[in-house]
Amino acid sequence: MKIGKKTGRGIASILLGIFSLIYVSPLFIILFNSFKSQTNISNEPFKLPSAATWVGAANYRAGINDYGLLSGVGWTLLITIGSVAAILLLCSMFAWFITRVNAIYSKILYVLCVFSMVVPFQMVMYTLSQTADALRLNTPWGIIIVYLGFGAGLAVFMFSGFVKGIPLEIEEAAMIDGCTPVRTFFKVVLPIMQPTYITVGILQTMWIWNDFLLPYLVLDRNKYNTISMLIQYMRGSFGVVHMGAIMASLVLAVIPVVILYLSAQKYIIEGVAAGAVKG
Amino acid sequence: MEKALKRSFPVFVLPTLLAFIIGFIVPFILGLWLSFNEFITVQDATFVGFKNYVRTFSDDRFLYSLGFTALFTVASLILINVVAFALAVLLTKKLKGTNIFRTIFFMPNLIGGIVLGYIWQLIINGVLMRFNLVLTLNAVYGFWGLIILVCWQQIGYMMIIYIAGLQTIPGDLNEAAAIDGANGRQKLFRITIPMMMPSITICTFLTVTNGFKLFDQNLALTNGEPARNTEMLALNIYRTFYGRVGFEGVGQAKAVLFFILVVFLGLMQLRVTRSKEVQH
Repeated sequence: MKIGKKTGRGIASILLGIFSLIYVSPLFIILFNSFKSQTNISNEPFKLPSAATWVGAANYRAGINDYGLLSGVGWTLLITIGSVAAILLLCSMFAWFITRVNAIYSKILYVLCVFSMVVPFQMVMYTLSQTADALRLNTPWGIIIVYLGFGAGLAVFMFSGFVKGIPLEIEEAAMIDGCTPVRTFFKVVLPIMQPTYITVGILQTMWIWNDFLLPYLVLDRNKYNTISMLIQYMRGSFGVVHMGAIMASLVLAVIPVVILYLSAQKYIIEGVAAGAVKG
Repeated sequence: MEKALKRSFPVFVLPTLLAFIIGFIVPFILGLWLSFNEFITVQDATFVGFKNYVRTFSDDRFLYSLGFTALFTVASLILINVVAFALAVLLTKKLKGTNIFRTIFFMPNLIGGIVLGYIWQLIINGVLMRFNLVLTLNAVYGFWGLIILVCWQQIGYMMIIYIAGLQTIPGDLNEAAAIDGANGRQKLFRITIPMMMPSITICTFLTVTNGFKLFDQNLALTNGEPARNTEMLALNIYRTFYGRVGFEGVGQAKAVLFFILVVFLGLMQLRVTRSKEVQH
């Protein structure tokens, strides 16, 4: 009986192992295809590169030289880092204020933030791109403001939830000792909120790095492209489709995410699961 | 404390508030208003009442997209949750390699929709090629292609929520049942699943809203092909805006209806969750 159970568990482990190998295989398929010559990618996607089909970094070079892949990665990084930094700093300050100040406008702002989380992007897609255009926010710096505005809902909701759990006494003591509100926030509140910064930071990073439609509609496409926009452009544009460059771009879009994931896995799984409340 | 804090309103509230007005409040109100207008640019809007809404419901493609999306949502709801639940049960049995499996299953969830679409386009077309077929030949291939894609993307995520739920079930419940002579199946249906109802509710609504909101993956994998037959709701709205001049108002009316649908789903979730809380 005992042996039977043990072998059963062994078999379950092996089956799960096979299943997880199949599960990661798509990532390896795009990785090795990115080193194959173009025609061999779409004709034989499951074949590993051979001496005849191996092209080294040629696909990456094509992506960089012909499609501006490197600047695409650069803009995406700038937009992601800039927006996440702005959201973390400004939304946490906002959330602390509206949680601590007991006024009607605080409650209204909180309800509006929660409400904005439920609204699907298509509802504001057209008007948001028009508003951003009219205010000349169609640059990677301008789009940071758009992300701050559209991402504020979730961030404020999560920060407020945390602030409600912090005892008021610590802050009051700091203020009585002569701290200004700004100093109190940075010296007392900000350090306590560290776990929430990590959670919100992860959720927003994943969203903005991967986002397609918002930057596609807001940014001036002749000048600035994010990596998702470039991939869509390469595949969707008319004329010759450079499969090699697409594979290289897919790999470059995925690698930062995988590295971030493997280095901060615990926080990411916890953070993303906490974001499930967003619904 | 509050007085001092109130005076620093400009520092704490103003930056986010301004961005929130630009990024959400103005577009939302403008969007509501424009759904009752005919327009090509925001400046030349003329009020037409409910005309855009009437035109929405006489648009066959829209109704088709709605049906396709609903069918897709039901299929993905069942598949994602059954597999995720099964994996969660297996991964809480302290098997060898549990941590590695969990890491792997969750990973695709972090990849963007456009990237996911092109990864699976390559793979699915690679398989179909053996039979001289392509993904965009038949809407059935596109449908199941999208299902495979969202399963790959979301199973790991739902699995994590189910694992968290399973870990809150007290061990003595199952022990007591075992002493009373319950077998594995009885324990699953009489203890595990009833105790897991909060997690099941969350995952159900998450998969349903994800299904209705699906856009990037749809655009990248099939782009609605063949002949707009795999065009889902969000893509249909997008194309009404940007694909047909003179239909911007109809696009906005569709977007408002889409918003109402999503809010309705959210309120339903809230009600179901609340009613569960009362029972406990």
